[in-house]
Amino acid sequence: MSVASIQGAQAPRSIWNARWSRFRRHRLAVAATIFLVALGVACAGADLIAAALGVDPSTVDLFARFDPPSAKHLLGTDEIGRDVLVRLLHGGRISLMVGLLATALGGVFGVLIGVLSGYLEGRTDAFLMRFTDCVLSLPIIPLLIVLGAVDLAKLGLPSSWLNSPSVSFWRIVVVIALVDWTAIARISRAATLSVKHRDFVQAARASGAGSLYNIFAHVLPNIATPLIVACALTVGRVILFESTLSFLGFGVVPPTPTWGNMLTNAQELVTSAPLLAIYPGLLILLTVIAVNLIGDGIRVAFDPRSDS
Amino acid sequence: MTALLEARDVSVRFPLGGSWFGPRQILRAVENVSFDISAGETLALVGESGSGKTTLGHAVSGLRKPTGGSVTFRGAPVQRAGEKPIQLVFQDPFSALDPRMLVGDIVAEPLRIKGGFSASQRRDRAGEILGQVGLPADSITRYPHEFSGGQRQRIAIARALISDPELIVADEPLSALDVSVQSQVLNLMKDIQEKRGIAYLFISHDLGVVNHLADRVAVLYLGRLMEIASRQDLFGQPSHPYTRALLTALPRVGRGRRKPGQGASGEIPSPLSPPTGCVFHTRCPMAQKVCTEQAPELLAVDGRPQFSACHFRGSGA
Repeated sequence: MSVASIQGAQAPRSIWNARWSRFRRHRLAVAATIFLVALGVACAGADLIAAALGVDPSTVDLFARFDPPSAKHLLGTDEIGRDVLVRLLHGGRISLMVGLLATALGGVFGVLIGVLSGYLEGRTDAFLMRFTDCVLSLPIIPLLIVLGAVDLAKLGLPSSWLNSPSVSFWRIVVVIALVDWTAIARISRAATLSVKHRDFVQAARASGAGSLYNIFAHVLPNIATPLIVACALTVGRVILFESTLSFLGFGVVPPTPTWGNMLTNAQELVTSAPLLAIYPGLLILLTVIAVNLIGDGIRVAFDPRSDS
Repeated sequence: MTALLEARDVSVRFPLGGSWFGPRQILRAVENVSFDISAGETLALVGESGSGKTTLGHAVSGLRKPTGGSVTFRGAPVQRAGEKPIQLVFQDPFSALDPRMLVGDIVAEPLRIKGGFSASQRRDRAGEILGQVGLPADSITRYPHEFSGGQRQRIAIARALISDPELIVADEPLSALDVSVQSQVLNLMKDIQEKRGIAYLFISHDLGVVNHLADRVAVLYLGRLMEIASRQDLFGQPSHPYTRALLTALPRVGRGRRKPGQGASGEIPSPLSPPTGCVFHTRCPMAQKVCTEQAPELLAVDGRPQFSACHFRGSGA
């Protein structure tokens, strides 16, 4: 075989270029990405939108309770006269961030435990999986309450720092991540076990590859598919966990809005003002669908068979 | 002439079950196997399923540490996988290639692991090697699923060749392929050996293929060597009843009906509880009382370099 014919071949495309072009061909995933980015931008710019409309998300106006949509209040007002649109966008900041960050944190933790467990096998596997079983066997709501009620001030941390908004936000993220990693750990362990014993991993070992190389080069790309699906489903659940925590008083404290606590508030009014429940519910639903579609797009992007 | 690879009394045992509860059983996959492979030579390892061929191949390449005995390569012990110029080719060409990697990356992987090559150097080498195994150069930008079984096996051979190994352990590289493709891959392996002087440990259960490729043949049964001899001696005058049974099982045109009592009947016994004495006595057509009591040693037959583990070696040949 001559060198000339090799140089004559087309310039080799990189594996990431190929993945990106496959993702782009998944129209729904692209649409979902655009939707989620637009929603994120709107939430980030909630203050600007509020200023433009001349409304404040926490100003109570008892003369404007349950106002129908108007030029000033595009989605109307709630039971104490606050603008629903601006509150939704404000709430979206926390809900979206909690949903994505807690999933990412719990996902990293679960993948770490699952892949180590599946790759190392033996005692490590037994120990890590029994630990996972322990966490899995605890009922989630009481566990969230206990974790939410831990008084970090007793550990000597300054309470002014603990009560600052960013710390309490991260606390929610960590609490949810600590509870919601078990499914991902189990899925990654099972998938790792099946990949580990394939011959291509043995071939890499025969060339001197260590465990870290094999985990990053072979195991993670091959277990990505089920993990992406599991993570996409986790996002929606996490957004609802946050509302549970808020409802129980351990999450975001009102009047700061989140989709979860807006939904909770609207519960009693669902017969008189159903729209107040529909708006945050619809946003949670759309976010979950969008994340799932993006997950599907990523799955297709990572699967070389979708080319043909 | 010193051997390229020396296996001395290699044993591989797996502890099975009973980590906390119940008794622990020992599976003796390979027991006291010794052989040499010279540079550029093909040693075929034959035996039924479950005879420990693959395990022995893994022990030789360093993928599995033997529980007893030693494997040395050019006089230095093989301690872990990848430190010696030994590569593997696997049986299943579908499991042997990572479906998520481009063929160029798969073939160049040994260089990437070894380090010291730029991405473009690796790509050039991969294209070159793929050409040598008879695949088009644009294969490097394609995925494994776009290739047939025979082509995939060529890719696996290319991956084994790229780091210039001196020994390739080929674990039934043909048995998953169509017969027509088998001969192409077999000829490719022969060509490569002639050009590069690579030694093969060729694991197979297909005696026809072995007769075509091997210089010497080792017969494995229940993890023990039954016979090891040059190809001519083994096929021409087999000295062990198990070898004879295998040769009888080989289909051949125009030989007429098999004589009864020559082949081995029944199943291979469990390596968890191997028979006493000679492990083959439960199926051997010429087993005597001594066979159930005493394990035969692997000794030369009539002073030839043909070694046989049978109390009645040579007789009846």
